[in-house]
Amino acid sequence: MYYFTNKLKTFSISLMVVGFLGLTYGFLTAPDNVEEAAMMTADAHHGESHGEGQGEGHGDTHTDHDKEYISDFHEAGHNESASAQGAEHGGDHQGEHLLHQLQNKPWAALYVAAFFFMMIALGTLAFYAINRAAQAGWSPALYRVMEGITGYLLPGALIVFVILVLSGMHLNHLFIWMDPEVVAHDKLIRGKVGFLNVPGFLFRALIYIGGWATYRYFSRKFSLAQDQANDISNHKKNFRISAGFLVFFIVTESMMSWDWVMSIDPHWFSTLFGWYVFASMFVSGVTAIALITIYLKSKGYLEKVNDSHIHDLGKFMFGISVFWTYLWFSQFMLIWYSNIPEEVTYFITRIEDYNLPFFGMLVMNFIFPLLILMNSDYKRINYFIVMAGIVILLGHYIDVFNMIMPSAVGDQWFIGLAEIGGFLFFLGLFIFIVFKEISKAPLHAAGDPFMGESERFHY
Amino acid sequence: MNSNQVIHALYDDDDVLLSAVKLIREKKHHIEEVYTPFPIHGLDKALGLDETRISIMAFIYGCIGFLVSILMMNYIMIEDWPQNIGGKPSFSYLENMPAFVPIMFEMTVFFAAHLMVITFYLRSKLWPFKQAENPNPLTTDDKFLVEIELHNDEKELKSLLKKTGAIDIKNVEKKEDDE
Repeated sequence: MYYFTNKLKTFSISLMVVGFLGLTYGFLTAPDNVEEAAMMTADAHHGESHGEGQGEGHGDTHTDHDKEYISDFHEAGHNESASAQGAEHGGDHQGEHLLHQLQNKPWAALYVAAFFFMMIALGTLAFYAINRAAQAGWSPALYRVMEGITGYLLPGALIVFVILVLSGMHLNHLFIWMDPEVVAHDKLIRGKVGFLNVPGFLFRALIYIGGWATYRYFSRKFSLAQDQANDISNHKKNFRISAGFLVFFIVTESMMSWDWVMSIDPHWFSTLFGWYVFASMFVSGVTAIALITIYLKSKGYLEKVNDSHIHDLGKFMFGISVFWTYLWFSQFMLIWYSNIPEEVTYFITRIEDYNLPFFGMLVMNFIFPLLILMNSDYKRINYFIVMAGIVILLGHYIDVFNMIMPSAVGDQWFIGLAEIGGFLFFLGLFIFIVFKEISKAPLHAAGDPFMGESERFHY
Repeated sequence: MNSNQVIHALYDDDDVLLSAVKLIREKKHHIEEVYTPFPIHGLDKALGLDETRISIMAFIYGCIGFLVSILMMNYIMIEDWPQNIGGKPSFSYLENMPAFVPIMFEMTVFFAAHLMVITFYLRSKLWPFKQAENPNPLTTDDKFLVEIELHNDEKELKSLLKKTGAIDIKNVEKKEDDE
């Protein structure tokens, strides 16, 4: 039985406090009106230079006919050129645009971090369900760690839900399609109102979260009941609900990624976006399992877990990192090659305004794990797994950052106090809830029929 | 005395073989070779064989393929005969690079795979029409054979082999040209 030490508790709470202060600072310094926003960017000399470069870059791709159906209202990034061209007589328009971007900043920082940590828990839940459904023999020694991580799913997803509700109440402008003013002037979004409307959006979110949390509740219940049981009926039930959950999961995960991430940029769409987000959450989930397992092992728990388990987690980290890159590149290359203005604008904003995070993420999520984890022996050395794991997790945070920020704040991004604060706050909350959950049950799932195989597992 | 004198012990189960190999090596007998119809997990470690270096070679071959693909595409598509495909005649390798990534990937895999197979053949001294070295055709079906060097310890070795579950034990004189 794991004991949640006061030291770790204090650590997680202090992370939350520091993160909360950072977020508060972000919200307090957000501008209230157009003049303040203009002053802030004039001080920073940040937006100006970027704005110019962008105007030139897009001038030829977005000609006037775009204006008809692309509102340049709150829209970030790509159609800024349109407003830059018309800046002479629409100065206020642009000022308001800037104001919304800056007001979005702390919200987006909050949302990226909330989504990222929820995504880790969801990816772990998928990994857990796959192991259950496949009746994997190697992993039962790690089931309690996975169940601990998925304990964060419900609170984490509810926090994301609350942010979505607040967006629906127009407290922020993360989702521009929620603004009736924008929709009225935007032919493209008007055509999507059947799917992109606030009640439907929140209703779908409740279905996703409800489905995931229900599976997680029963699976945990059967898993704990199996410890005391004399037969394997609980194990069989768990197998069945896991197989069912995976079907539900892949549909809802895909739709969740359209709803919660892709709709931030409502004009743009990609058909493999759901898979792409899935790969990101899957590798983050496996990495979190590996890191927490190594931590618990270093504290003397999980004595049944051996090098081979870590080796297998390392293989998954390596393999899914490559899989993520494959999907990232598939999405990127087709859009880059076809060069259709409506589509390619997504990557133009990212390459021009987000150059460092965009390509830095590739190094962190692909090249680094590829080289570090390629050697079979390195996957058995905790130091390498921890190092690769931290880089992978930060890389996927930046991946989510790149998915959300360009459409929410445009070129006004910065990894400052609010962003770091958001990350630290949710990291603290994640650690607190996960270790609390781990401490609730024995770390050794003694009743699992495959436990013997898992204990003897060696590569 | 006579180092060409070997013993062939036949087994009919891979698990039995694996524990037999461990026991034989524990008793300090020298195993020349093991013939099996399929690869047995953990046998290389039980035999104390050096770890294969082919993975290092695979990495190097892959890097060569990667470099070749870059030079090749740069020559074909940029220097020698630039082509306008999808409106991207940029005359710059870097700007056209995403289009070449599938080729870079394929060439890396192609070089790694083919050169690895060739390396394996060379190291194992295999070539077309080579005579099989296999001493007993049963080992291509469902039996496992262990070949052990003999050094005046025939009796002890034979009783040991019997204990490990060998189904057949034979003295064999190895010919010189078998080496």
